[in-house]
Amino acid sequence: MILDEPTSALTESEAEHLLDILRELKSKGVTCIYISHKLEEVFDIADSITVLRDGKTITSDKKENFTMNKVISLMVGRELTQRFPKVQHNAGEVILEVKDYTVYDPEIPNKKIIDNVNFYVKRGEILGIAGLMGAGRTELFSSIFGAYKGRKEGKVFLEGKELTINNPNEAIKNGIAYLSEDRKRYGLVTLMDVQENIALSNYDRISKFSVINNNAKVKYAEKYVNELKIKTPSLAQRVGNLSGGNQQKVVLGKWLMSDPKVLFLDEPTRGIDVGAKFEIYNIMNELVEMGVCVVFISSELPEILGMCDRILVIHEGKINGEFLIEEADQEKIMHCATGGN
Amino acid sequence: MIQSKAKSEAIEKRSLNIDIRAYTMILALLGIWVIFTVLTHGDFLSSRNLSMLARQMSITAILATGMVLVIVAGHIDLSVGSVAGFTGAVAAILQVIYHWNTVPTIIITLLVGFIIGTWQGFWIAYRKVPAFIVTLSSMLVFRGGILLITKGVTISPLHQDFGIIGQGYIPPSLSIALGVIASVAYIIIDINNRKSRIKYGLSVPSLSIEISKIIGVIALIALFTGVMISYEGIPVPVLIVLVLVLVLTFVANNTTFGRYVYAIGGNKEAAIYSGINVVKTNMTIFLIMGILSAIAGIVLTSRLNAATTSAGNLFELDAIASAIIGGASTLGGEGTVPGAILGALIMASIDNGMSLMNIDYSILTIVKGLVLVIAVWVDISTKKRG
Repeated sequence: MILDEPTSALTESEAEHLLDILRELKSKGVTCIYISHKLEEVFDIADSITVLRDGKTITSDKKENFTMNKVISLMVGRELTQRFPKVQHNAGEVILEVKDYTVYDPEIPNKKIIDNVNFYVKRGEILGIAGLMGAGRTELFSSIFGAYKGRKEGKVFLEGKELTINNPNEAIKNGIAYLSEDRKRYGLVTLMDVQENIALSNYDRISKFSVINNNAKVKYAEKYVNELKIKTPSLAQRVGNLSGGNQQKVVLGKWLMSDPKVLFLDEPTRGIDVGAKFEIYNIMNELVEMGVCVVFISSELPEILGMCDRILVIHEGKINGEFLIEEADQEKIMHCATGGN
Repeated sequence: MIQSKAKSEAIEKRSLNIDIRAYTMILALLGIWVIFTVLTHGDFLSSRNLSMLARQMSITAILATGMVLVIVAGHIDLSVGSVAGFTGAVAAILQVIYHWNTVPTIIITLLVGFIIGTWQGFWIAYRKVPAFIVTLSSMLVFRGGILLITKGVTISPLHQDFGIIGQGYIPPSLSIALGVIASVAYIIIDINNRKSRIKYGLSVPSLSIEISKIIGVIALIALFTGVMISYEGIPVPVLIVLVLVLVLTFVANNTTFGRYVYAIGGNKEAAIYSGINVVKTNMTIFLIMGILSAIAGIVLTSRLNAATTSAGNLFELDAIASAIIGGASTLGGEGTVPGAILGALIMASIDNGMSLMNIDYSILTIVKGLVLVIAVWVDISTKKRG
């Protein structure tokens, strides 16, 4: 049996259950090939490990002969001293403030998906949003961004000024950007090339009377391809032909070009390789350094704990816990995420 | 710097690649021309026949330029034939029954096209009714509309100056002047582009390549003008097509609206999340299509010197086929205006060549139908290899 990233859309307990099933199958003599980015799972379930990079087999051996760090360095082809480049940030004034925010289900108009949440984001901090799948994190932030179809109530303040955002265009104009958890569906036009995808949200900036300055477009695209180290044979490469990590960086480039004050990153490292993950963490740190507020939504607790300065835990549409990084650990967050206090 | 140079080179390589795909269509066209030339003992390539061919394709080509945008955005427009027939009938009624002059007739007819576009755009963009349904409805509504306003009879004749639009020729001397103006304009634009690329620090092709490119384009312009003036000059409807192709190619590639059309067709959700106003873009697409349908209607009525009840029947299928033979994807996101014109030219060539050979209309229709499938199959299989 071949399983390709089977747990990427599962909660932790569901994933655990799946692994149990696999162990049972194994004992019945079924050979399984388990493809995953999640090394914890690989070490949990595998008997032997094969590392592929750039379409070549790097190594294949018994699990006992590997450590997690060794696998990572084999995957990226160089030694990574740490998995998370944690930098100490100094949080400044409050930039984004969300008050009494409620989001309703688009199909069932009276069902609340997000129930009366209040929070703020400060300049120069990474705010982590933890929670289980279906807790309402994506709905909350795509709603603030104006992209969610369900009705919403509540107030959003950006730099003290109240905003009414009805669609993504208004959000982008006000300096709010949202990198979706599903880049193929909501992030990229895979038929278009790298430069077009980067420019897509920003054509107003490089056009006069709606005539596009194509040279400026190339210039901007070059800038972000270099800054974000997007590996592409050319700016005219269709993004559909790029790897997941590079596709994600193209989406990131698009949002950086829009010059955001607040950037929502919804599962930005999902389904991309360890090396690209590390680069995205670094980019997050650089953005914070430049004064951008970063909201980091992730289902992987290690990266939340490894990158954030402050963590909100969402459980069934409510904020069920707030931690400074110093006082947070995996157990506390899981406890809140599953409904405990 | 070195890196960016390598990148720019890669871009050029890619644009060559694209040309190769376009070349297969051009090769197919040339192949068809060679076959017909042989089969008709050279009649096909006579300047008279080429001039006629260009005129015959003009109405389909006008509709196809807009149809590309519609299809790229992921829609379809089944109404263009009926709308062209209806607007053509409006023009004929204004001239024949109300004795209007040609210029106000044209203005009002275009306005009618604009209003029809607004109507369709309203239902599609704002009321979210699928374009297939809205335009199917309009196809019936305006087919009925033609019968209603013409009371089922052919309306003719129109003023003589109205006839120029569909039947007239630009006199040879003026045709040559236009050819020269087009050549000079191309050189100026090309030099400006080059300067601007240098200003932005982007790589430019070497001067010799640039010059040979200019010479190639001018040679094409000269060849076209030469063939046309050796008959009677550039036909007016062909000139209209050329202008529309230039304008719509520019709109598709170099305006925000044009890029939004491709983005919406490629991935509507991502377009919305990127802040693109999908409603406004869809509205604009159908406005443009309405106006183009009216232009086609004017040319049609002028060419026939009459408005008939069956005018424009099935034109939508020719326009859709042209766009698709020219590389537009029915799934949206792909297609070009010049490609659609090439498609229209291929269809018109088959039409014209087989008529020259006195092949029965039934066979002609069958062949045209088969060409559509084969062209799309060739396109799909070359894409797979690429």
